[in-house]
Amino acid sequence: MAATVTSTEQVVDAAIGTGAQSRGGNGFHKNGGGHADDDGLARRYLPARYRIGAWVAIGSIVMLFVALSSAYIVRSASGNDWHPIAMPKVLWLSTAIILASSVTMEISRRALKRQEDRSYGSWLTLTVVLGLGFLASQLIAWRQLIRQGVYIASNPHSSFFYLFTAAHGLHLLGGILALTYLLARTRQRRATIEGELRRVGAAEAATIYWHFMDGLWVCLFLLLFFWK
Amino acid sequence: MAKATHDVVHRHEPPKSFIRKYIFSLDHKVIGIQYILLALSAVVVGMAMSVLMRLRLSWPEAHWTTLAKIFPTGFAGGIMQPEFYLSLVTMHGTIMVFFVLTTAPQGGFGNYFLPIQIGAEDMAFPFLNMMSFWVTFVGFVVLLSAIFASGGATVGSIGGWTQYAPLSALGEIAGPGQGTGVTLWVISIAIFCVGSLLGALNFITTLLNMRTRGMSLMRMPLTCWAWFTTAVLALLSFPVLLGGGILLLLDRLAGTSFFIPANEYLGVLAGSDPRLPYHAGGSPLLWQHLFWFFGHPEVYIAILPGMGATSHILSTFARKPIFGYRAMVFAIFAIGMLGFFVWGHHMFMSGMSPYSAIAFSILTLSIGVPSAIKTFNWIGTLWGAKIRFTTPMLFAIGFVSVFVAGGITGLVLGQTSLDFFFHDTYFVTAHFHLVMGVASIFGMFAATYFWFPKMFGRMMHEGLGKFHFWITFVGVYAIFVPFHAMGLLGMPRRYAQFTEYEFLKHAPPLVMFVTIAAIVTVSVQAVFYFNLVWSVFKGKKAGENPWEATTLEWTTASPPPHDNFAGVIPTVYRGPYEFSVPGAPKDFIMQNEPEGVEVAAGLGETSGNGGDGHKH
Amino acid sequence: MGRALGVIIWFITLASVWMFLSGRWWFPASISEHGPAVDSQFTITIIVVGIAFTAAQVGLGWVVWKYRDTADAQRATYSHGNNRLEIIWTLVTAVVFISLAVMGQSVWASLHLHAAPPGSYQIEVVAQQFAWNFHYPGKDTVFGKTDPNLIDDTTNPVGVDPTDPNAKDDAVSPTLVIPVNRPVELVLRSKDVTHSFWVPQLRFKQDLVPGMAIHVHFTANKVGKYELACAELCGMNHYKMKSFMLVLPQDEFDDLTRMAQGPFQDRKGQLLDKYQLPQY
Repeated sequence: MAATVTSTEQVVDAAIGTGAQSRGGNGFHKNGGGHADDDGLARRYLPARYRIGAWVAIGSIVMLFVALSSAYIVRSASGNDWHPIAMPKVLWLSTAIILASSVTMEISRRALKRQEDRSYGSWLTLTVVLGLGFLASQLIAWRQLIRQGVYIASNPHSSFFYLFTAAHGLHLLGGILALTYLLARTRQRRATIEGELRRVGAAEAATIYWHFMDGLWVCLFLLLFFWK
Repeated sequence: MAKATHDVVHRHEPPKSFIRKYIFSLDHKVIGIQYILLALSAVVVGMAMSVLMRLRLSWPEAHWTTLAKIFPTGFAGGIMQPEFYLSLVTMHGTIMVFFVLTTAPQGGFGNYFLPIQIGAEDMAFPFLNMMSFWVTFVGFVVLLSAIFASGGATVGSIGGWTQYAPLSALGEIAGPGQGTGVTLWVISIAIFCVGSLLGALNFITTLLNMRTRGMSLMRMPLTCWAWFTTAVLALLSFPVLLGGGILLLLDRLAGTSFFIPANEYLGVLAGSDPRLPYHAGGSPLLWQHLFWFFGHPEVYIAILPGMGATSHILSTFARKPIFGYRAMVFAIFAIGMLGFFVWGHHMFMSGMSPYSAIAFSILTLSIGVPSAIKTFNWIGTLWGAKIRFTTPMLFAIGFVSVFVAGGITGLVLGQTSLDFFFHDTYFVTAHFHLVMGVASIFGMFAATYFWFPKMFGRMMHEGLGKFHFWITFVGVYAIFVPFHAMGLLGMPRRYAQFTEYEFLKHAPPLVMFVTIAAIVTVSVQAVFYFNLVWSVFKGKKAGENPWEATTLEWTTASPPPHDNFAGVIPTVYRGPYEFSVPGAPKDFIMQNEPEGVEVAAGLGETSGNGGDGHKH
Repeated sequence: MGRALGVIIWFITLASVWMFLSGRWWFPASISEHGPAVDSQFTITIIVVGIAFTAAQVGLGWVVWKYRDTADAQRATYSHGNNRLEIIWTLVTAVVFISLAVMGQSVWASLHLHAAPPGSYQIEVVAQQFAWNFHYPGKDTVFGKTDPNLIDDTTNPVGVDPTDPNAKDDAVSPTLVIPVNRPVELVLRSKDVTHSFWVPQLRFKQDLVPGMAIHVHFTANKVGKYELACAELCGMNHYKMKSFMLVLPQDEFDDLTRMAQGPFQDRKGQLLDKYQLPQY
């Protein structure tokens, strides 16, 4: 591959790895870091670094929820006090909102890849709004339960409901903060190639994380209310 | 070309202010030293507590005037109370396992040397790296605050570092120190989990993404393989501890019943008294499963970096390639992976399903196989060698010896039928102290003596180092081999004294012998601390490669510049342990030495794995 | 230095092996039917462990002695290993370790994979901070009902319901009394935290977990008095949560267990004086 690059777009495109060159999924090379041209070395790595970081972080968060889920399953069999609460209907709205937010996030990311900064920015904003809307709907669900007198210690199922929604909500809030950071700091095209790669890399990592949060919610929702 | 790389990756100027250089530094080298300093401080607290424990066990009726002034309830009548003893046990275990064995080997030496050994200029996420240290530090402060939170009766909680529920979940009514002491313990450990996860994230991303040209996975030093596997273990196990800790906190503070069953009676029945609220349906075993699912990988987290350092140092001072590099990598993986499937061997007697106990038992003895492979390969590395007995080498050899001594009793404890006798006796304590409290520490000593010249540009005093080694090596055996004898007598763990039982009447001489050995060995560690401080200022100046080693950290200045390689990132041409290559001018070839110094064909044994990471 | 290190390693090896072989610190004599099987499995294991330990340490000591760097020594042997050796020693180790593992399950299976044999004498055990409570069914061999609301640590530690007719002949005592040569089934419970039942001579240990009722069984085959200790950290007085286990000849046992509370305690007291602890 030539050491000189004619445009930022080509560099960014090449770096993201959707082009013809395949690099084994997450951008790490099968036989080590050596390549014919040093020039593109670090630049090629930058987006992959954030992507790998996102997946690694997701790995640990998955383990947290796997631990809590297995506690859920064990606890359901352990006493004779397992009385699942009735699902607050607003949670269907939560699910719809977060699914929609994944769609908007994806649209935003693709816009960025096409270098359409305005579109990227607006869809990103919409995603943040939907994210906040999701959290609001969760709080509504909590309020409904509290009004019915169902608290965290009322029964084991309600304990897990509050725990799962709080844990997921906190992680989602972290994601919202990350998206807000993206909006504030990197909405504009960057001046240097490296800056641009960072921008794209950060957006990609945030998208991966956001989709994960969506999928996680769906799993928790199913576990809490459809698993027997 | 290389300059462009430097520009792109390291755009910021090196920091100028004291705070940015040494306190809130983004430089992995500074962060590594910070972790090591944290461990050096924590281990003093942990050792002091263990000496107090030994004194209590040897002289249960002794009077302690000074301590009684600080902890009047804990030393009622001047005598150390059993709950005070148990809180020492708890804090000793917690501090040593978390803040010593899970900080220095990985966060300390790993942070400092992983980037350099793979030819990178820093970790992947320097800001997160800094956060990981400071979060860990805060966790330590929170834990230490528990010392003063129990109103002078204890130095924290009394449930052991394992904090089994419901003893840990019921609050002060279950015993002194079980109130705020446990809450602070859980919060401290939860904070520690977060710090550790941030670190693991960095290690994994850095290793996967930032290796320099030519540094294929199979050309990495074994230290890097060890740090990588350790990080994966941490990534997958610490969240489970965090989950368990959250559930425990909720049981304690929010009235949930994850671990607390119905009808708890502690002088009053649950639900009938505000000191013991209503609970129902929880499972104490659930805590044990969550804890040990983390707890077992944790002990491999504690030992793997030491294994990596031992392999590295043995090869360097034997002037010989490591025997069976590929097998060593396989063994590290096998230990790491199998480590996730054996946690039930801590729970044979717990009341869990006896069928699962059988499965755990057989898996547990299987994990001895990769450990045995590593031992054979270490000895194989020394066979036919030309050994230079420097202090790091002495500790690396010592590591092999104590690791065998400690690991081999795993074959006893891992069998369900034998665990009927040995569970919760000093035989268990012997086993884990030899592997964690000795082998892992020897790994750290070896690493310190080995890398000190690189980190500080000066050699440590060799005479003091050798003195430190000899006394410590004999001392640790003198302390922990008798523990096996105590276990054979049936001596239970976590007893504040052994005077109540006839069947323990032969114990006191053993207990006394161990106490004396412990006092001597702990005292000698002062020599190590003195050596560290003295050598920083007065040690002989060290060049780039005082040990004539081969890996990338020895290609740069001592200490390395801010960006590790002064702008010229090395390219790697060969494997990490090319010592005594026939036909080569010197008895070592560095990894960044370009091709041209070839390996002559047909020499020595049938070669196992190839010098440059590829099969022959 | 290499020679000194080798010598010290061998010396430590010798001292450690001596500590085990000397017999000065060893299990107290077994008093259960399954005990000898545990002891022989341990003997086999410790021989394997001892050989492996000695071989590794002697080997280590030898290589550091022989291959120390001396002025006239040649360069080290340039070798990256030996695949065949690796395979051989891996296989041998795996076979030995797995065999030990499989052998090590048989006593466990005999005690835990089968229910108590018919005719076992059943006793309920209720542990608490920091005492043991043993509940005997009495002459009618039926346990009286218990109710947690009736628990009182001084007068009614396990909460026996006095209105239940089956409870009239029950006895609750801090001492465990079992018949010799007859299977005993213990139903293990706890009032507060996790404890563990431990009589070294029995070669048996089991946790008592609050919220669970764990059934275990064994057969003692030697009459006498033995100490019972707690083997799971349960609080500040864990180290003195002590009691006794009396193994009685069948006739003495039958006499005792037909008695109800008061007479039971008196007779048990006499028996505790009559029998001595083993000589250690």
